Amino acid sequence: MEYSEKVLGHFKRPSNYGRMKNPDAVGKVGNIVCGDVMWLYIKVGKSASGRKKGEDFIKDIKFETFGCVAAIASSSVITDLAKGKTLREALKISKEDVLKSLKGLPPIKVHCSLLSVDALFDAIYNYLKANKKLIPQNLEKNHSRTQKEKDLIKEKYKKWVKLEETIYKKGKI
Amino acid sequence: MPKKNYYFDYAATTPIDPRVIKAMFPYFSDKFGNPSSIHSVGTESLVVLKKCRKILAEALGAADENEVIFTSSATESNNLVLKGIALANKKKGNEIIISPIEHACVFKSAEWLEGQGFKIKFAKVDKYGLVDIEDLEQKINSKTILVSIIHANNEIGTIQDLEKIGKLCRKKGVYFHTDAAQSFGKVAIDVNKMKIDLLTVSSHKMYGPKGVACLYIKKGVKIEPILHGGGQEFDLRSSTINVAGIVGFAKAVEICVKEMKKESAKTIKFRNYIINFVKKNIKGAHLNGHPQKRLPNNINFSFEGIEGESLLMELDRRGIAISTSSACSSAKLEPSRILLAIGLDPFLTQSAIRISLGRMTNKKEINYLLKVLPESIRKLRKMSPFFK
Repeated sequence: MEYSEKVLGHFKRPSNYGRMKNPDAVGKVGNIVCGDVMWLYIKVGKSASGRKKGEDFIKDIKFETFGCVAAIASSSVITDLAKGKTLREALKISKEDVLKSLKGLPPIKVHCSLLSVDALFDAIYNYLKANKKLIPQNLEKNHSRTQKEKDLIKEKYKKWVKLEETIYKKGKI
Repeated sequence: MPKKNYYFDYAATTPIDPRVIKAMFPYFSDKFGNPSSIHSVGTESLVVLKKCRKILAEALGAADENEVIFTSSATESNNLVLKGIALANKKKGNEIIISPIEHACVFKSAEWLEGQGFKIKFAKVDKYGLVDIEDLEQKINSKTILVSIIHANNEIGTIQDLEKIGKLCRKKGVYFHTDAAQSFGKVAIDVNKMKIDLLTVSSHKMYGPKGVACLYIKKGVKIEPILHGGGQEFDLRSSTINVAGIVGFAKAVEICVKEMKKESAKTIKFRNYIINFVKKNIKGAHLNGHPQKRLPNNINFSFEGIEGESLLMELDRRGIAISTSSACSSAKLEPSRILLAIGLDPFLTQSAIRISLGRMTNKKEINYLLKVLPESIRKLRKMSPFFK
């Protein structure tokens, strides 16, 4: 597969991977076509100073991805792009931003960049929902689309998702 | 790029054996004649062509050397079998039976024939990919014109009992074809003993050049050509004869036949060593294919929680070449048809990789593979939500 140096670099040394303890929210998405699964954990803090004082921002972010090189590199890039941004700013990140940071993806792999954006948005959605904050309309729309895809993936991998959830509960993360 | 390439993808293709290159060399320049030419330059090529045909026929256990024709690839041979038999035997019937784990060239040819009005039936396979002979017997009827079953599957390496299938087809009066692209030169084949009517062999899977293959066609089998023209290869495959390629192919066959016993024994030892190591040292590893009835050089594992392409690329980064059939690696993002056919969990079809050994594989390379493989799996599992 012809990947850019940038993609291979992220694949070799991904940023912010692994499980996060006590995340404030998790975004879990899956691609029904290829079967890739991406989980994104976020910790949210409040800006202490500056003009964004008091706004929610992404204090920490981590990913776990079951997928190809493009999926892993996209996950790595989305964590780099989102870290330190306010939620409002993070919601402006697009698939094009991810592609630009990766210096492109092979045409058949472009969907992986969208998956990473979906994972981020889903994490933010879950955070806003859990904290009873206002959810922007397009985020709501995005969520109902990704939810449908996630359910299909869950069905496909049900045995594994169940197994994973057991471990998840046991570990109390 | 890694300095050294540790090649574990001999099932995809093999390097040409230096002895083969040496044998081919004169036929590019000094002995360039067209075997169809009447003059002495052409006759010289005709003589060598006949010699090569004889080598192939003997290696296959064919009664007559003229039962072997040369083609450009296993894909061409298999296309010729399916389409050629279908067209020549329309009066007898329109049903063809294949297995669901055939190579794409058989599978797609069958699909195309279906569009032309032929009926394609699939013989059942078990979880190892072995054809259910009773089911096959039930599916053969008076309209069946051909049974085509791959000898050893290219992904999972499972070897079929050709003799049983051959005997059944002979008893029922149905032509039996087998694609032996992966198996010939590695396991014993005898078309006579196994009651095979048509058989495909490829040169580049056995240290010969690319662009040449053969098809064994038992005397009396009714088949139509798909390439029409100058009437070469007994009017079954028109095209100027690729003499240099055929000389190389025949030399590769000679070497394989001579060294098969020793080479296979060595390869089986390596294969079993790797399989046992992985089973013992890597958690969540599933061997795909039959534990015993498999190609000496084939290893296929699914590693829970890891997608095949990322494992392939992680190994590639460290100089190791293997193969995967995961959806992410396919042009259409579809999971492997073979792995789905043997009933593998969809999650594990995503995680399958193939390691295939060959003539040049040595202990040092294997030790490097077995050092890097667990490390790579550990690294990718750290990133995966599904394996802790």
